[in-house]
Amino acid sequence: MSLPPEFRPADTGVIHDIGYRGYTGPRLGRGYAARSLFTQSLRAAYGLGRSGKSKVLPMLVLGVATVPALIIVAVAVVTGVDKLPVDYAQYLSAIGLVVSIFLASQAPVLFSRDLRHHTVPLYFSRPITRTDYVRAKFGAMACAQLLLMLAPLLVLYIGSLLVGLKFGDQTAHFFYGLTAAVLYALVPTSVAVVIAATTPRRGFGVAAIMGYLAVTTAVVGVVVGLATTTVGFDEPLPTYPQWAVLLSPGGLVESLTNELFDLGTGPERMHAPGGLGLLVFTLVAVAMVAGSYRLLLRRYRSI
Amino acid sequence: MFTRAHAHYVEPVSTVIKTDGLTKRFPRVTALDQLTVEVEPGVVGLVGANGAGKSTLIKILLGLSPASSGTGRVLGLDIATQGSAIREQVGYMPEHDCLPPDVSATEFVVHMARMAGLPAAAARERTADTLRHVGLYEERYRPMGGYSTGMKQRVKLAQALVHDPKLVLLDEPTNGLDPVGRDDMLALIRRVYSDFGISVLVTTHLLGELERTCDHLVVIDGGKLLRSSSTASFTGATATLAVEVTDHPEDHGLDASAAVRTRLVAAGLSVETEGPRILLVRLAGDETYDAIRDAVAGLGLGLVRLEQRRHRVAELFTANADGAESSASTDSTRTTENEGSTADVAAS
Repeated sequence: MSLPPEFRPADTGVIHDIGYRGYTGPRLGRGYAARSLFTQSLRAAYGLGRSGKSKVLPMLVLGVATVPALIIVAVAVVTGVDKLPVDYAQYLSAIGLVVSIFLASQAPVLFSRDLRHHTVPLYFSRPITRTDYVRAKFGAMACAQLLLMLAPLLVLYIGSLLVGLKFGDQTAHFFYGLTAAVLYALVPTSVAVVIAATTPRRGFGVAAIMGYLAVTTAVVGVVVGLATTTVGFDEPLPTYPQWAVLLSPGGLVESLTNELFDLGTGPERMHAPGGLGLLVFTLVAVAMVAGSYRLLLRRYRSI
Repeated sequence: MFTRAHAHYVEPVSTVIKTDGLTKRFPRVTALDQLTVEVEPGVVGLVGANGAGKSTLIKILLGLSPASSGTGRVLGLDIATQGSAIREQVGYMPEHDCLPPDVSATEFVVHMARMAGLPAAAARERTADTLRHVGLYEERYRPMGGYSTGMKQRVKLAQALVHDPKLVLLDEPTNGLDPVGRDDMLALIRRVYSDFGISVLVTTHLLGELERTCDHLVVIDGGKLLRSSSTASFTGATATLAVEVTDHPEDHGLDASAAVRTRLVAAGLSVETEGPRILLVRLAGDETYDAIRDAVAGLGLGLVRLEQRRHRVAELFTANADGAESSASTDSTRTTENEGSTADVAAS
């Protein structure tokens, strides 16, 4: 077997076997290792450090999520409007499907692959603990989601300031959008990663997460839609169908932020019904995230 | 190399692994039962049939699974409370495949080095060094999915060594390798201690491999310690030679094997048969080789095979149980035993 160039001295033609050298440098320990895993997983979610093929989908999704925002801003610049046609939080629910696709396709990349190739026991033979592993992976997936939504929000925000819209107003609404983005990045993600961590098969994971998100969204849409069509034109819309939204993690976040920041109008508006609704919706969101985290810890305890 | 090895041993750690009454009970089985063992620096073989508790012991030593009772120390660190510190100083090569196929060996080993706490630059440097030491060159930049079993085993070994541990735990490192690959791997394992100064605990169910590699053997069965002693004292009594001869060139009626057997028995050797053609001769010393040569040549036959047999642990156990000699065992029992151990291997 021939040696690689760096071990083939050009001038002498003699190979100097330098023998084994130990490592006496610093060992940065558990925290550093967990951060390294987080960074590696975050990059992996966008296909960085992986094959060219695996970059296609995440980059495509990032493009699809951001390009409409660019177009909106471009139109606003040309026509000189006094208000963006879409609010920040509204934009996020509009690209909800794209974000779901990203979640469904990349959560199994972070979780199922390690199970499938049995890399998990190898990680556990390193200084990090099981809890560190779960935190790093969960954190990486949530951050990947957040970045995906942050990109168009920033485009809209910077664009609106360029057009010369009211700074205070825009900043407040950008903040609402940001809150919504954080919630979107936590609540649906937490459920998706639990599903991803149950199966070593990536395909199953993708299908199960997409199925779960699609079915719950559809059920919520049907229930709310039926309720609104059964009442007459002049009657006030009943709020009880809004409780069905609790089934869908995405809808839950949308309703919560709509009610919290008093966003959205019209009969289609999803919102947590009243003060009690706000409380219950918040509790359910917290329970989903905390419960999923505990389930994940349990999942990895026996490996 | 000498300074390196020296640096390892001036440290106060004279015992690499020390367990005291280590017990692990699962709801239905006791995987480890009052295991008290001490392992010194060197290459140590951990021998046991499948399900003997080898993997459980490794898990407990890495601080990944709490013991039901008993205590243990690895490199002087307590397994119950200092798991993270132990894992920083210990390398682990799992038995099963653990390599993502779409990543190159370099990327993977760099990542695992960082997971052990090495800064990025050091991780890259150590990865290049370690992959070279295990014998992986240009191919290290290719995705690992296309690697042969031998190359995969080398990468698995490299990731266990990349952070320059003081001890590596190797779980069945020769599994799935062909005889040449197995010999290479065993030589490499030997070098890990002799050249790199890293102590090795290696598990296997093939005793023959350990004879050549290990200084010390620890045998466990059913979670209990059967024996812990130097390799020489272990295998001396059980070495056998497999002998196969050609038919007689002219006298086709002669049963060549039986004739050789008669001569060898007459020469005072104990001989068993395996199948119709192969004789198993207990190795009593160098003169055994001479006796076989003389017997075969004296009959005018050709020697097809003369090889040292690799013992399975199961055979060692039966030999221990039956006493010193079991030459009375017939062909049929021999065959059943073999089938039994083949099934064992397949199940692993």
